[in-house]
Amino acid sequence: MKNLSKNKAVINGSASVLSILIGFGFSFLVLLISNAPYSFVGLTTLLLGGFNGGMQGIGNVLYTAGPIILTGLAVGFAFKTGLFNIGATGQFIIGAFTAVYVGVRWTFLPVEIHWVVALLAAFIAGGLWALIPGILKAYRNVNEVISSIIMNYIGLYLVNYMIKITIFDPTKNQALMPTRAYLPVYGLDKIFTNSSINVGFFIAVLMAIIAYIILEKTTFGYELKACGFNRFAAEYAGINSKRNIWLSMVISGCFAGLAGGVMYLAGSARYFEIIDLLLQYPEGFTGISVALLGLSNPIGIIFAGIFIGYIKIGGFYLQWYPIMPEIVDLMVAVIIYLSALSFFFRAKIVYVLRKFEAKK
Amino acid sequence: MDYVIEMLNITKIFPGIVANDKINFQVKKGEIHALLGENGAGKSTLMSVLFGLYHAEEGTIKVEGKEVKIHNPNIAKDLGIGMVHQHFKLVHNFTVLENVVLGVEPIKNGQLYLKDARAKVLEISKKYNLYIEPDAIIQDITVGMQQRVEILKMLYRENNILIFDEPTAVLTPQEIVELMKIMRNLASEGKSIIFITHKLNEIKAVANRVTILRKGRSIATVDVKSTSVEELSEMMVGRKVIFNIEKQAQNLGKPILEVKDLVVKSNRHHKNAINHVGFKVHRGEILCVAGIEGNGQTDLVYALTGLTKVESGTITYKGKDITHQKVRTRSIDGISHIPEDRHKHGLVLDYTLAENLILQTYFKEEFQSHGFLKFDNITNHADALIKQFDIRSGEGAESSTRSMSGGNQQKTIIAREIDKDPDLLIAVQPTRGLDVGAIEYIHNQLIKQRDNGKAVLLISLELNEVMNISDRIIVIYEGEIVGEVDPKTVTEQELGLYMAGSKRENVS
Repeated sequence: MKNLSKNKAVINGSASVLSILIGFGFSFLVLLISNAPYSFVGLTTLLLGGFNGGMQGIGNVLYTAGPIILTGLAVGFAFKTGLFNIGATGQFIIGAFTAVYVGVRWTFLPVEIHWVVALLAAFIAGGLWALIPGILKAYRNVNEVISSIIMNYIGLYLVNYMIKITIFDPTKNQALMPTRAYLPVYGLDKIFTNSSINVGFFIAVLMAIIAYIILEKTTFGYELKACGFNRFAAEYAGINSKRNIWLSMVISGCFAGLAGGVMYLAGSARYFEIIDLLLQYPEGFTGISVALLGLSNPIGIIFAGIFIGYIKIGGFYLQWYPIMPEIVDLMVAVIIYLSALSFFFRAKIVYVLRKFEAKK
Repeated sequence: MDYVIEMLNITKIFPGIVANDKINFQVKKGEIHALLGENGAGKSTLMSVLFGLYHAEEGTIKVEGKEVKIHNPNIAKDLGIGMVHQHFKLVHNFTVLENVVLGVEPIKNGQLYLKDARAKVLEISKKYNLYIEPDAIIQDITVGMQQRVEILKMLYRENNILIFDEPTAVLTPQEIVELMKIMRNLASEGKSIIFITHKLNEIKAVANRVTILRKGRSIATVDVKSTSVEELSEMMVGRKVIFNIEKQAQNLGKPILEVKDLVVKSNRHHKNAINHVGFKVHRGEILCVAGIEGNGQTDLVYALTGLTKVESGTITYKGKDITHQKVRTRSIDGISHIPEDRHKHGLVLDYTLAENLILQTYFKEEFQSHGFLKFDNITNHADALIKQFDIRSGEGAESSTRSMSGGNQQKTIIAREIDKDPDLLIAVQPTRGLDVGAIEYIHNQLIKQRDNGKAVLLISLELNEVMNISDRIIVIYEGEIVGEVDPKTVTEQELGLYMAGSKRENVS
């Protein structure tokens, strides 16, 4: 109790919880205004989230959380090294397309390892896509926010074009499904019956742990963070900050690309259509909220990703009631949006705790 | 007795540290009152409380006898309190006049109207002998004039209580004399001056009374006339301090660093930042590069340490040409660098103390294996250096470097750089902003290096330092070496003339 204001876990945790609660409050308000009779039942459904559907719901929460954790990791990893990778969406799209392409066309591969190769391809493609803004930032000092937003659009239209000339199914007006490379389930569907769960979630958790180890335990992470916190001091210490900037961007892009692969190599997942709205791929942008909610800490991002998955599934169950789907989306969006406030609350909580301790 | 400012029983607590512990501080009208103390003694905190940047947990502030609550700097300004910060707060591409009126711009018909302001500024400038050129651009004028602009800003706002935060750190000896004159002038016109400094001679020269802080407490307020410099320093540090450093006879060795015809392009203007410079540093000597800030010292150090590209010329170290070698290679070869700006280059402030102490060596066997950091060794290493160099911090090795005082941050860098056991130590203003205790310690460390047959290249603006510890002095002016002098025979005045560019000799 004595040094609560110094306990990072307490402060970070309570800041995240507080901002989530405020998010729920606001979404309740949205419901109250738009659909008063169903506001209470709506709120409880949203609060119950994945638990609404028992094991099926929980399975779906984990399934949804996988790609979200990975995009959160992409943004969070770059944050830790002083870069704002808003291009996670573009890397996600490129990764997703590469995975589907490999899944559809590379049928010469043994079926057991087909999905592994497809995921690996997504991983590499996402990284390569991030290499361009990374190189521009490191050697030409081009702001990575601007260049990676441009890369998002280039990625989107490039993928539209590539689908048309490689894996388009004109009869269904969509891309062919990579059925041969779907992620394995390993009997998880026996525990979480009727859910869409696959190994994607566990891959995401593994990646988060790897990211944590890189950042906190290795000399490479020490260099990356030094460049992020103070590029001049890093150069003074003889650290090659240019190399670290593009490497960090590439690693971030790899996570985002992998997210795309995990998302699209699932049986019940979305399929590629020819669309020209980046918002049809919200995972990349959700990654920003997840990174903020998890305070850029890879382990925090696991929990933040699960939470966002939980809310999304809660939103899904809201469809039981006559609540307009737009309102459901709005409520989920409000919660995600406000969860990004945790950064702000962290400072406030430290302030309040210190006052409290000073009084005693 | 009439006090303009009374700060009574001020207590300010930061987590883990009592920065101000029941401090009493009273300033009379029309006096120059010095505030003296080591780094971390609580001077800045106390002034920040007065200026409304911090709120004291306890205590009262009275201005001209009336109790006031200063919640923010605007209230302080309304009470007539003004401050010249150590780092000037000027807009570099504005003129002098524009800077003076900034924030209180006279407006007529929705447009900036400077005619009356100009008259007022010129009048003040004449009254207090503050020579300025109202239409000069800030970045074109000397540091001394920039400081006068800061003073003018306070006078233009009709402030009566003027705080000077270490105003002499950036000035030449001649400019310091000028500033002292201005301060006396201001005081005789009824302004009250709070003079924050570490330099005891300046207090003796200009202040009427002095309040000494130590470890957050006010130790005493004394009359300057009746107190000796030795007594002042003893009160400040809490023990006797030796002023004149005892140096052993020099044992000059072979040249370790040879710079020939070095040219470095400037990124700020079209002239060369370093223009055909050559010199040698020998083992067993402290060579000092003296000069006023901004005459190419920074570029020279960047070139020597590999942070900037060399246009032409050669740098030879231990007989090898290192002109185009990387920073890391030079560092491993035994060049240590205490940088000028500890926040920009010297430290990663978001890292812990232990992490900062391995900034130059984290890749060595001792601290990593197969790319994984050895945290036990890192912590032990930090604990050892903390003990050896007496680095004080809230939470030992795990303290956030950002939370440490400036002096202890500097000690962290010095510990790291000397622990590397360098053959050549490049120290750029290693004692800037430190108190006499810490300065004494750092000087002894530099001399120890020299006595052990290592070479030290000292870049300093402090004449005291230059004269006291160096074996040989070269003076840099506008990127060129304009003189080489012997500290045993040269006078401060002569050195000042070299530094100001009004005297030069041909040095090869």
